[in-house]
Amino acid sequence: MSSPRDPYEHGGGPARREAFDVVVLRQDGPGKPSYWERHRVAYEPDMNVISVLQRIAANARTAEGKPVAPIAWECNCLEEVCGACTMVINRRVRQACTALVDRLLDEHPGQIELRPMSKFPVIRDLVVDRSRMFETLKKIRAWLPVDSYLDMGPGPRQSQDNQELAYVLSKCMTCGCCLEACPQYVKIELQRQPGETDEQFDQRQKAAFDRGFLGAFAIAQIDLFNTNPIGEMTSRERLDALVAEGGIQVCGNAQNCVRVCPKEIPLTRSIARAGRIATRHVLKRWFDR
Amino acid sequence: MAKRRVAVVGGGLAGLATVMKLAELGVEVDLFSLTPVRRSHSCCAQGGINSVNGLTRQLGDSEWRHFEDTVYGGDFLQHQPPVKEMTEWAPRIVDLMDRLGVTFNRTPEGFRDQRRFGGTLFARTAFAGATTGQQLLYALDEQVRRWEVGGKVVKHEFWDYLGPVIDDRGIARGCVAQDLVTMQIRVFPADALVIASGGCGLIFGRSTMSMACTGSAVSRTFQAGVRYANGEFIQVHPTAIPGADKLRLMSESARGEGGRIWVPRKPQDPRPPHLIPENERYYFLEERYPKYGNLVPRDIATREIFNVCTREGLSVERDRLCVYLDVSHLPRDVLDRKLSGILEIYEKFQGVDPRQQAMKIFPAVHYSMGGLWVDYARSASGGLEVGSPRNHQTNIPGIFAVGECDYQYHGANRLGANSLVSCIFSGLITAPGIVALLESLPGGAAADQPSSLYDRAFREHQARFKALLARDGNGENPYRLHEKLGQIMTRAATVVRHNEDLDRAYDEVRELEERATRCALADTSTWTNQNLVFTRALADMFPLAKTILKGARARDECRGAHYKPDFALPDVSATDPTERRRQAEAWCDRFEENNRRWLKTTIAVLDSAGEPQLSYEEVDTSLIPPRPRLYGVVGGNLIEEVWQQRQAARAAKPVPVG
Repeated sequence: MSSPRDPYEHGGGPARREAFDVVVLRQDGPGKPSYWERHRVAYEPDMNVISVLQRIAANARTAEGKPVAPIAWECNCLEEVCGACTMVINRRVRQACTALVDRLLDEHPGQIELRPMSKFPVIRDLVVDRSRMFETLKKIRAWLPVDSYLDMGPGPRQSQDNQELAYVLSKCMTCGCCLEACPQYVKIELQRQPGETDEQFDQRQKAAFDRGFLGAFAIAQIDLFNTNPIGEMTSRERLDALVAEGGIQVCGNAQNCVRVCPKEIPLTRSIARAGRIATRHVLKRWFDR
Repeated sequence: MAKRRVAVVGGGLAGLATVMKLAELGVEVDLFSLTPVRRSHSCCAQGGINSVNGLTRQLGDSEWRHFEDTVYGGDFLQHQPPVKEMTEWAPRIVDLMDRLGVTFNRTPEGFRDQRRFGGTLFARTAFAGATTGQQLLYALDEQVRRWEVGGKVVKHEFWDYLGPVIDDRGIARGCVAQDLVTMQIRVFPADALVIASGGCGLIFGRSTMSMACTGSAVSRTFQAGVRYANGEFIQVHPTAIPGADKLRLMSESARGEGGRIWVPRKPQDPRPPHLIPENERYYFLEERYPKYGNLVPRDIATREIFNVCTREGLSVERDRLCVYLDVSHLPRDVLDRKLSGILEIYEKFQGVDPRQQAMKIFPAVHYSMGGLWVDYARSASGGLEVGSPRNHQTNIPGIFAVGECDYQYHGANRLGANSLVSCIFSGLITAPGIVALLESLPGGAAADQPSSLYDRAFREHQARFKALLARDGNGENPYRLHEKLGQIMTRAATVVRHNEDLDRAYDEVRELEERATRCALADTSTWTNQNLVFTRALADMFPLAKTILKGARARDECRGAHYKPDFALPDVSATDPTERRRQAEAWCDRFEENNRRWLKTTIAVLDSAGEPQLSYEEVDTSLIPPRPRLYGVVGGNLIEEVWQQRQAARAAKPVPVG
């Protein structure tokens, strides 16, 4: 054992399986047709869907041996904190990094099925355009409008209970699982019109996003910022967004969101609180007129 | 006057801190990132952020002691003025993050709670659950979004920085970048360029770093002429969960709460760990370091785990190196109350409950102390001159570097929970210096430069892109070459380093570099071509890989994370008191001799053939004199005594006036 070797190399080990199939719903670009493709992947211990996609990229051949371009997908941290690698795996939306091959094959022996999220425009293969979520964060003004970044001492003191409530909401990683599962969240995918500039297209798209449903993640973020002692001071502008077109009134209370959230954020609790506050806000606005 | 713009590459803590401060100071910014900035690698930091605070202050802590712990932990390799300034800002930085909404854990009275971390006696570390980095990142991401809505910031997410634009006078005038969706290449004129692209862990194949941490932005800047410093200093964290795709961090707090590291005495004992009786378990850290036990300093724990698996052949598994980290003996309420966050990570990724069964862990590449060389302006009080454009500026005028990709704060070894503070600090200190630079740009603003400068840069990168796209057919596979590079680097340049191995690795990396020029693309499309982007990033790993290897080969000593057993100072092991004394004196002689030779910053530049050339620069240690770092050294008490006597004798001697 004295010769150095790669300490992370997996050997054969007691492999429970030899190989398995991965079927992927691919699409070469926006507006292009989608198609299924089958890949065969050699089994290794401790695999997740990320490592499956890495092996497929290195191999770049279908199960039938046909050379193909590697599958495009999005990922970064691989620890389920960045939110990048969301996809629909065996018909359930989740993070590819925590989707363990052993468990997937226990659920559905022999085959793993991968699809892109359906509520966002496909850019290529499993990569979708989730910029609408970040636009929503602008719309709901999801930040604390501090006076400056100069030294003004610490923030306000807070109770342990408050911190615990806020922390669980602030773990939201903008992954989009709650939106994929939501019956009220509808895909917005615009086609570029002839002669339209980039800027015109962006404006038109932003306007369409603004009219669309905020989604559970954004309602929870409003809850987070409006219960912060500094955020509370500007809660009215976030409440305006909450009751505007595409606001909380669109929620159909299906409660799918809370069941698919990988961070177990109590989304329905935020929705219930926001619902009560929204009613008061609308009435108050009406009386203040 | 033409409008001034600044380009920032990278949207982790350092990049975002730079952007928000620049925006507040009225500067318009283009921000480039491979991912949406909210998904940057900073989100992986678990432990917390260090600063002296109201509580520790009353126990004798101070900014100075935080400064002292940082340079001692870093084995005195960092210039001291920037570190002093950072530790002075640290409490204000934590206050600012508190105001920005970071959900720091609280005490029953509502103050921020603090925990203790490695390398200090004080509970300096503020934390937000087990995801402090994520929470800090979100606070800064939100502030930058506010400035985006305010029209000061334009984000370019899913863009790959290809390199700086440098004019004939050697001044940076902007950068070239590529949209990773449309593959369109564009030139962005800018009056200053800030590189904030993080570490380069992917050079080691798998590490604790995120997939964006290829080091490509740094390498492209290095290839354009910016110097790279202390590349050989790579921190290897003792406990990570080996995975097929990534090595995930298992926080030190598992051992802090009583977790024990062991291997079966019988090599590769096939029984499950809970069925191996106590007397057949080898608690090697506890046996070898009775005083520190499982909480020996990081570099020592890392080396011992590595040795027990490689040299002694006691790895738990035959085909993969790992040891047990066991918390299954701890009371259930301790596990649930204090460790649930990190235990869930293990359970989620390994499918095994660590409350029931020992975890399998192994060290992993974690952080790069080295990085792009940057300057600083020392103030009269030994800190930094706030507002000087020299702060964080590289040797190319107009190019700055901040965060993990600069080399400034952590010397030969980084203390836990110091990285978050260094990232935010470097952004906040750099912004006012850039504003000063913008007021007196040599040769006018970027917008006033001849368009030929930008056209030339565009054509050059466009041609490279086309050439890469044209490479199809039966060439080398970039993913396999990357795997190979990771194996070579992990083998030769991580925990234990030997000159023969480093020499061989250098040759092997050069061969791989040559093979990588013949990589074939499996994808030749001009739409979201990840295959091409990866192949390009792979090519840019080689200059940094060679710099790490060459720096490590040249540095014949042990310092912090850089450990060469052939050059370790001998233990004080004699039993006879006179001989012991002689050994301790000899130890101190060698220590001083070694510092004269090696207490220096390694500086690398790339020559025209693409080979790194090294030189050395003195380190400013004028505030805290270097002293032996004696964690776990046999005979350390006597060495300490001899060292103190020498210092006292020196202080008593009259200093020659002149």
